[in-house]
Amino acid sequence: MNPEVMTAPSIDYIALLPYIIVGAAGVIGVIVEAFVGRNGRRPIQLVLAFGSLIGAFGVLVVNRTTLGLQAEGAIAIDGPGILFMGLILLLAILVALLMSERQLDPAGDAFAPRASALPGSDDERELTTRGYFQTEIWPLFLFSVFGMMLFVTASNLLVLFIALEIMSLPLYLMAGMSRRRRLLSQEAALKYFILGAFSSAFLLFGIALLYGYSGSVEFSVIADALAAEPGQTALVVGGVALLSVGLLFKIGAVPFHAWVPDVYQGSPAPVTAFMAAAVKVTAFGALLRVMYVALGGVRWEWEPLLWIIAGLTMLFGSVVAIAQTDMKRMIAYSSIAQAGFILIGVSTATAEGLYASIFYLVAYGFTTIGIFAIIAMVRDAGGEMTRLDQWAGLGKRSPLVAVSFGIFMFALASFPLTSGFIAKFLVFESALAVDNLGLVIVGVIASVMAAFFYIRVVVIMFFREPVEGSPAAAVPSATTTLALAVSAAVTVILGVLPEPVINLIEQAGVFLR
Amino acid sequence: MIGNGAVVLSEGAPSLEPLAAATGVFAYLWLLIALPLLGAAVLLVGGRRTNRWGPYLGVLTVSLAAVFAIVLVVSLLGLPADDRAVGQTLFEWVFVGGFTVPAALQLDQLSMVFVLLITIVGALIHVYSLGYMEDDPDRRKFFGFLNLFIAAMLLLVLADNYLLLYVGWEGVGLASYLLIGFWQFKPSAAAAAKKAFIMNRVGDVGLSLAIMLIFITFGTVTFDSVFAAAGEANESTLTWIGLLLLLAACGKSAQFPLQAWLLDAMEGPTPVSALIHAATMVTAGVYLIVRSNPIYDGTAFALTTVVIIGIITMFLGAIIGSAKDDIKKSLAGSTMSQIGYMVMAAGLGPIGYVFAIFHLLTHGVFKANLFLGAGSVIHGMHGEQEMRRYGALRSVMVITWITFMCGYLAIIGIPPFSGFFSKDDIIHAAFEQNIIIGICGVLAAGITGFYMTRMVIMTFFGKPRWPDDAHPHESKPVMTIPLIILGIGSVVTGAALLYWGNIESWLEPVTGIEEKPLAIPTIVLEGITLLIVLIGVSIAIARYRREVPVLAPKGNLLTVAARNSLYDDAINEALVVKPTYVLSDGSIFVDERIIDGTVEGSARLVGGLGARLRRLQSGFARSYALLMVGGAVMVLVILYLARLP
Repeated sequence: MNPEVMTAPSIDYIALLPYIIVGAAGVIGVIVEAFVGRNGRRPIQLVLAFGSLIGAFGVLVVNRTTLGLQAEGAIAIDGPGILFMGLILLLAILVALLMSERQLDPAGDAFAPRASALPGSDDERELTTRGYFQTEIWPLFLFSVFGMMLFVTASNLLVLFIALEIMSLPLYLMAGMSRRRRLLSQEAALKYFILGAFSSAFLLFGIALLYGYSGSVEFSVIADALAAEPGQTALVVGGVALLSVGLLFKIGAVPFHAWVPDVYQGSPAPVTAFMAAAVKVTAFGALLRVMYVALGGVRWEWEPLLWIIAGLTMLFGSVVAIAQTDMKRMIAYSSIAQAGFILIGVSTATAEGLYASIFYLVAYGFTTIGIFAIIAMVRDAGGEMTRLDQWAGLGKRSPLVAVSFGIFMFALASFPLTSGFIAKFLVFESALAVDNLGLVIVGVIASVMAAFFYIRVVVIMFFREPVEGSPAAAVPSATTTLALAVSAAVTVILGVLPEPVINLIEQAGVFLR
Repeated sequence: MIGNGAVVLSEGAPSLEPLAAATGVFAYLWLLIALPLLGAAVLLVGGRRTNRWGPYLGVLTVSLAAVFAIVLVVSLLGLPADDRAVGQTLFEWVFVGGFTVPAALQLDQLSMVFVLLITIVGALIHVYSLGYMEDDPDRRKFFGFLNLFIAAMLLLVLADNYLLLYVGWEGVGLASYLLIGFWQFKPSAAAAAKKAFIMNRVGDVGLSLAIMLIFITFGTVTFDSVFAAAGEANESTLTWIGLLLLLAACGKSAQFPLQAWLLDAMEGPTPVSALIHAATMVTAGVYLIVRSNPIYDGTAFALTTVVIIGIITMFLGAIIGSAKDDIKKSLAGSTMSQIGYMVMAAGLGPIGYVFAIFHLLTHGVFKANLFLGAGSVIHGMHGEQEMRRYGALRSVMVITWITFMCGYLAIIGIPPFSGFFSKDDIIHAAFEQNIIIGICGVLAAGITGFYMTRMVIMTFFGKPRWPDDAHPHESKPVMTIPLIILGIGSVVTGAALLYWGNIESWLEPVTGIEEKPLAIPTIVLEGITLLIVLIGVSIAIARYRREVPVLAPKGNLLTVAARNSLYDDAINEALVVKPTYVLSDGSIFVDERIIDGTVEGSARLVGGLGARLRRLQSGFARSYALLMVGGAVMVLVILYLARLP
């Protein structure tokens, strides 16, 4: 190429409007932090966050028929991409509802009054007694959502990497901002950061190898190169392997899962909800696109890999969750197991597998938000009560909350008439359509083991007498209630009438190249 | 894409004609399920406001469903025998790719008899519960759960495909756990509910895998299409499906080796034991096997396995029933044993299907009778369940005693009580198939005679052994009237179904029927069976005629084993629970100790607590990173190996 001739890239700003809205709102949020007085920040941040998320979702719906590669092929706005972005925005709205909760903790919200104050210091105590709140978390949150939207539509390995970092860096910070048990929270944040950086290195190395093989970072060029030259080289194997490691880390698949329990346990509940729901959806969106579009030509190379990882992840997550005694850790291992089930759908490399995975993510995402909404509510003066035995008798003290939690547990245990049942059915069916009965058998066995610990929670809540000091759920404000109601409604409706959503997913079609 | 490789069915196959669309009264088929479901919804969502009239609403919805069921059966009788199956599609439930599963109902001869059993016995037990649960503060919830159960059970038997059946299957399971654990202030009740749940999940694995396998083999899960194509599928596939369905049946119907939960399930209130754990839900496994008869017809191996499981459970239950001193647990053993009979009969193939269902129906009536009778005794004895503290109750509970005797004579098979007809038909069919199976059936009948006589003597005869402050009394009419109706049912159901209802030709279109000649005349066989039963009765009379000690004597080895339910808990503990926890703890150990401790392992050996604390502060991230490197190496190795031919 002649270096002197350089045309400006053509950018369709209308098509990219959803990204722009969320990203710009984040930037404005930073400016607000710098220039607006302390008391005025929160309302503005809330308006910015909800306005931009809802606005971006609206634009997405209006734009849903304008499909195509944007920004010189770096971003693919296609059916699945729009679905993933829509899902991320909806989940983010629910998370924002949880984050704006201010009634549960008597000291204020779920976040530390000032992130820089040392845990346990006089400084911190004084900030708390004076009723300081920090609102920096809102722009961080919006940047992360922006990164997520970019991550699921990236059609270029470098954009993929940048999007991953835009998504992750704010998350590392958010994980460390818990108001209660700050040491645990900061430890979680640091671990998440170190391991996340480590996995990014793998990803970047994989990108380099694939670039070395194909001479490009664009998905379509890589796919063409792989198609043109069927004999694979070490560059391809290494590239696929390292790229997979990077993505499987974000998904929390075994053996790249080690960070999940620690980070879920340490982070503030709304942030954990964000990580467990939205990050998982995003990571799967990216994994699906990379595997199906860029590496679709060598799928016989990575299919067995995903079978093994899926099997390991399901079994390991389910088995280890059985012996957990902490609610957040149990849910963390459960989310590892759930990731394994979704990987079944990914590993099929068919359109059915894609649809099934997306449906599973929709079901899982909403259920997860609901779970953490409730975990945030069950608390005493010292913060959330996450020891399992502390939940005894919740069914008697707070029946409505316990019933909702029961619905979520039944959904994760894939009981019929909940979203989880249809979701499992669809992924298993997609694997059966490619004659992978073995993986389905492993899946069914794992789901039975998993049912054990989900149902144990139900037994503890309903069939065990409350012990001294066991909590009633705190009464939340309208925002948490709304998020909870939406999650529960989606969980049930997707089980009884999944048809419209399945149709929507199927109509969205497959990835663009 | 989905459905590729599925068996393509020719359009003209006669059995593939769509079911007659539901018209006339059948258009309201959905009401059967909707009525109790509405009741459950109102009672459970309505909360305390419905406390006062809620229980009556619960009774009303089920009674209306029972009336409607009778209207339906009359209408079905008005149709020609071949047209007695109607279908009704409610809505498209799951639709993906080329694959649809409608939420559709199907009423045929087999579903019909189940609907009658569920709604009529269900309604009687609802009425009885008005009295039995009178003083319970949570009785509104109780009736809500009972209604929920009836709705789910009706869905199970009315579903026209395996997936919808699965919904009902899980639904009855859920209602069952909720009701077993209903008295949650008893820790044993909570534990029992959990146990029932887990053992049932093992069975559910069977059902889910069977449905998956049916789907890949036939490309559909609708009964009609699956059964039409079953003849063309290869035998090993059918065998696998058959065995998996059997596993499902074992879980739900408490058959060996998943039988242990049923005895614990007696922790639930007695009406629940009568309705769910005797008359209806536990027979769902038999329904599943008989419903899937076209699949079993193609696989002799699976059928034989069914027979063996049935025989084992038949004896297991009978032995346990002979040793338990708790009246409900003894009855629970008896239920296992009787369902064993049904499963054995179903395993005989077309010779036995009809009689399995026949016995299921008579058993549903007389076992409900016995359980409610036991409930009346327990109620009168202020919650005492130990038969060693009963005795001579016939004088104070006349109605309970007489109706209980009806159930007793029915279950041991004295003519002309209902159990005689159904049990003899099974034994007859067993002899037609294989003399050993037949002998097993006769022997188990003898043990039945023993344990039931033991129960009757210990409860109603002999000297009173209850404490002075107990004032046993007859129950109220709201409890005794259902008992009387069921007592009459125990007498007449058998003959009525056989001669007036013509059960054999009624079920024939669904199950098929087959008869083989028998070397000895039927009357002789009946005579021998009766003789064996009477021997069992005599042994019981001889042993328990004399004083029954209030404290159980030590007993021989078999008695002790049977009292401990043949050590099923210990066996499960050793074979399943322990290994699971060892595996789980081991995995955690690997995950949280070894991986983290590779560097510091030696330090921990020496340092103990110190090393632990250090571990909390540092090392974690480092070891996690090490794990990731290991994982990356694993990924590379897998990718490399995958490339090898």
